[in-house]
Amino acid sequence: MPTTPKQTLTGLILDEDCLFTLDEISYACSVRTEYIIELVDEGIVEPMGQQREQQQWSFTGESLIRARKARRLQQDLGINLAGAAVVLDMMEEIEQLRERLRRLG
Amino acid sequence: MEFRDYYEIMGVERNATQDDIKRAYRKLARKYHPDINKDADAEEKFKEMGEAYEVLKDPEKRAAYDQLGRNYKNGQDFTPPPGWDAGFEFSGGDFGGAAGSAAFSDFFETLFGHGDFTRGRGQAGGFHVRGQDHHAKILIDLEDAIHGATRTITLQVPEVDQQGHVQTRTRTLNVNIPKGVKQGQQIRLAGQGAPGMGQGGKGDLYLEIEFRPHSFYRVEGHDIYLDLPVAPWEAALGGTVKVPTPSGIVEMKIPPGSGSGKKMRLKGRGIPAKTAGDFYVVLKISLPEADSDKAKALYRQMKTELNYNPRQKLGV
Repeated sequence: MPTTPKQTLTGLILDEDCLFTLDEISYACSVRTEYIIELVDEGIVEPMGQQREQQQWSFTGESLIRARKARRLQQDLGINLAGAAVVLDMMEEIEQLRERLRRLG
Repeated sequence: MEFRDYYEIMGVERNATQDDIKRAYRKLARKYHPDINKDADAEEKFKEMGEAYEVLKDPEKRAAYDQLGRNYKNGQDFTPPPGWDAGFEFSGGDFGGAAGSAAFSDFFETLFGHGDFTRGRGQAGGFHVRGQDHHAKILIDLEDAIHGATRTITLQVPEVDQQGHVQTRTRTLNVNIPKGVKQGQQIRLAGQGAPGMGQGGKGDLYLEIEFRPHSFYRVEGHDIYLDLPVAPWEAALGGTVKVPTPSGIVEMKIPPGSGSGKKMRLKGRGIPAKTAGDFYVVLKISLPEADSDKAKALYRQMKTELNYNPRQKLGV
C-alpha cells in the first residue's frame, strides 16, 4: 500500500564541496576504516589537503562515490583493488567522452 | 507466477558443466554490472543473472530446479507442485549471493526462500547490520537544474514483516532537487535506505541525476551549448541576433566575418553553481533555399560577381 509523503527531503549533492571524515566515509560504504586506507594507498580515493593524521583526513563526495563503486566491483566481479582503480579511471574517461559526444550533438 | 528459465538467462545449455556456468556468469557479470554498463536495463539484467547463478552454481539447488523445470519455458505460468523440494536440502547452504540477494524474484523466493536476508534476521541475537543502501535514477529537465525543483519519487522497497516474510512496499518520497546539479551527479539522502538489523542504522538513498535531452540545448558539466542558425549575411556582415537561453531571450552581437562553427561565450549564463557555468553559442550558417526566381537570381549574381572558391585550401 502506498504511503503519502509527509515532507520534502533535501539531500546532499556529492560533489567536491561536501566533505566526509574517514569514519563517515567508512560508515557510508559499510566498510572498516582499514578498507578506505587501502583505497588511499591504491590511489582510488585521495584525502584532501596535506593531513598526515588519518583521523583528520577528509574526503569529497566524489571520493565517496568512487569508494562505493570500488567496493561493488570487488564484491560483484571479484576484481582486485588495482583492477578496480583501472576500471574506475576508464569509466570516468568514457563518461567524459560520452558527455563530449552529447555536446557535439 | 512466471517460470524463470535460468539456463536461458545465463545463455548456457541445460547440460552445461559447473565450470561453464561459472564462466558464463563471470562474462555476463562484467558486461551488465550497473557500474560499468549504463544502459537502462543493465541493472535488471544483472539482478536476473545473479539470481540464476545463485541457483545454478549450487549443485543441490540446480538438481531440484532441473527436476522441477524440465517441462517449463521462460515466462510460462508456473505453480510449484506440493512437496516439490522433498529430498533436497539447501537451507544450510551458502546463500551469500554474489550479486546481493535482497531483491530476488517471487519465483526464486517461492522455491528457495528469502536467501540470507531473513536468515540473518532469524539469528539476530546481538547481530547488528547496517541497512542496505538504495539507489535510484531521476530524470530532470535542464530548467530543474537551473531553478531547482521538487520531485516525487516512487521506490519499491523489500521489507521484512514480524513473521519474517519479505514483502515489497511502495514508498513515495518528495525530494528537493537543488539548483546547480550536474548530469551524473549523485544526491545522498542519509538514513532513507533500508532499515538495519539489530542496532544497525538505516541505509542511505542515493539518487543519480540524469538530464532529459533538450530539443536544442546540450549540457556539458555546468555549461550549456546551443547551435544557433544564422543567415549568411549575418555571419558575413555581423549584426545583433536574438538568442534563446533557459533564463530568457538575450541579444548577442555577431562580429563581421564569422564562420560556421564559431563558438561564442555568454559568461555565467550556464547552470548556476559556485562557479556558474557558461552558455556557448555555436554559429551554424543556414542557407536560404533557392526556391524562387528571385533567390536563384541572387545566388547567380553572387556566383558571377564574388569569384569565390571555397576549396582553395584543398588546392583544387
